[in-house]
Amino acid sequence: MNKTLNQKAWFFVIPVFVLVAFNAAVPLMTVVNYSFQETFGSNVFAWEGTRWFKEILHSERFHASLGRQVIFTFIILLIQLPLGIGIALTMPKKGWGVPVCLILMSMPLLIPWNVVGAMWNIFALPDIGFLGNSLNSIGFDYNFTQQSGDAWFTTILMDVWHWTSLVVLLSYAGLNSIQPAYYQAAEIDGASRWDIFRYIELPKMKKVLTLAILLRFMDSFMIYTEPFVLTGGGPGNATNFLSLDLVKMALGQFDLGPAAAMSLIYFLIVLLICWIFYTIMMKDEGRA
Amino acid sequence: MSKIKWLVPTLYIIFLMLPIYWLLNMSFKTTTEIINVYSLWPKDFTLENYVTIFTDSTWYMGYVNSITYTVFNTIISVSAALPAAYAFSRYKFLGDKHLFFWLLTNRMAPPAVFALPFFQFYSSVNLFDTHIAIALSHCLFNIPLAVWILEGFMSAVPKELDETAYVDGYSFGRFFFKIFIPTIAAGIGITMFFCFMFSWVELLLAKTLTATIAKPIAAIMTRTSSTSGYELGLLAAAGSLTIIPGAVVIYFVRNYIAKGFAMGRV
Repeated sequence: MNKTLNQKAWFFVIPVFVLVAFNAAVPLMTVVNYSFQETFGSNVFAWEGTRWFKEILHSERFHASLGRQVIFTFIILLIQLPLGIGIALTMPKKGWGVPVCLILMSMPLLIPWNVVGAMWNIFALPDIGFLGNSLNSIGFDYNFTQQSGDAWFTTILMDVWHWTSLVVLLSYAGLNSIQPAYYQAAEIDGASRWDIFRYIELPKMKKVLTLAILLRFMDSFMIYTEPFVLTGGGPGNATNFLSLDLVKMALGQFDLGPAAAMSLIYFLIVLLICWIFYTIMMKDEGRA
Repeated sequence: MSKIKWLVPTLYIIFLMLPIYWLLNMSFKTTTEIINVYSLWPKDFTLENYVTIFTDSTWYMGYVNSITYTVFNTIISVSAALPAAYAFSRYKFLGDKHLFFWLLTNRMAPPAVFALPFFQFYSSVNLFDTHIAIALSHCLFNIPLAVWILEGFMSAVPKELDETAYVDGYSFGRFFFKIFIPTIAAGIGITMFFCFMFSWVELLLAKTLTATIAKPIAAIMTRTSSTSGYELGLLAAAGSLTIIPGAVVIYFVRNYIAKGFAMGRV
């Protein structure tokens, strides 16, 4: 759409700008402020320059939690995207099945995150949980509070349970926007099922998939509450993701300086990846 | 192929329902039964857990608090995002692209980063432990999302609609409220669904910004589990009840999700 130049449009944007800036500017400046200083309690601060940034960037603890975070997000995207698209493709297109599917599938999305963690904790306990008990009774030695492999398996399964529906909903909406004429044309041309998917459905879902990937990337990279309740980062440090580590540092040990520096590095990583992805997707859109 | 097609969504839904069933199952058991007996359904069926929640104001006020700030936030986010999304979809102005991306960056800030500064900031402006504080803080991630989704829906509406209305003598205000908003009603429905969803499920900020008066139900649950041992039955009942508001909202927007999504960017 060709837009007209109108500087007065700023007046429409002011409420949003004020509300978001109110929330973002002051807290962000506080974090920046802390990140260059050392706290001695009772509001005594000393200038530390870039010391915390150097320390964090070289600390093995940060590398470890960043590594775990990257692996986790990667696995999550690898499972949820194909699964979500697959389910959306097989969902009914009309009839009573549509509302039933949509309502039941959205349910995990609307459960508070700590309830999700608590409910999976109970569900996976080896003695009184359905998942844990069933796995053990068919011969697996499963205990997510003791074995790190099981903790990872449970955390990933929980996230797949929790968020795949978002990909399903978005893909389903994208598929619904395809006109029946496209399918008829494909049928006349004798296109295979794969061709239809590759050349009609996938391009039409591009916009919604962009949103789905961005949202899933951001949210899984920032995951905090669910693993905090489910495993608490354990056993040991096995599932200690970035946010968990950050909160432990900031509130547990009250190392405000390093925690603030880590926050900024963390934020910049998310920002950089999203910016690259967003720019690539938007460039394509401009050409089309 | 088409005969087994229903199998995939069915299996997926069964997978989704299992943990929810387990939670419901436990909410109708006594804590003793949960710990001592493994059973697929309650042997000693009890409603006591639910009775406790509905008669104890420290419990049920948690639901009232959570619903209050979630509704506040949804109203604030959508009403602020509507004019902004209109501006982004219709006009070019100084810094528009940068502003749009800046808005999105706020969605990218890990809430864990902001927890402590938020606490200090909202305490210093005397909003600590109020519903409005949580509603405002959730704007940080809900407004960018709302602007993004609404802009997609608005861009799908041809500009001729605006121009025809002005030719017909509509003022901007009348056009916006009488014609434009009804046209994108589905988009507003979807946006409200997403705002409600992200505000309802968020805990970290809501918990950080409250002490007693505005404490959300999810935070009350964490407190109870640590002070009085593991009252698993009670927790399961409280958890089960948190699913209801979301289920009600989905029921109302189910048609928008099926049809409305298709219009816009989402």
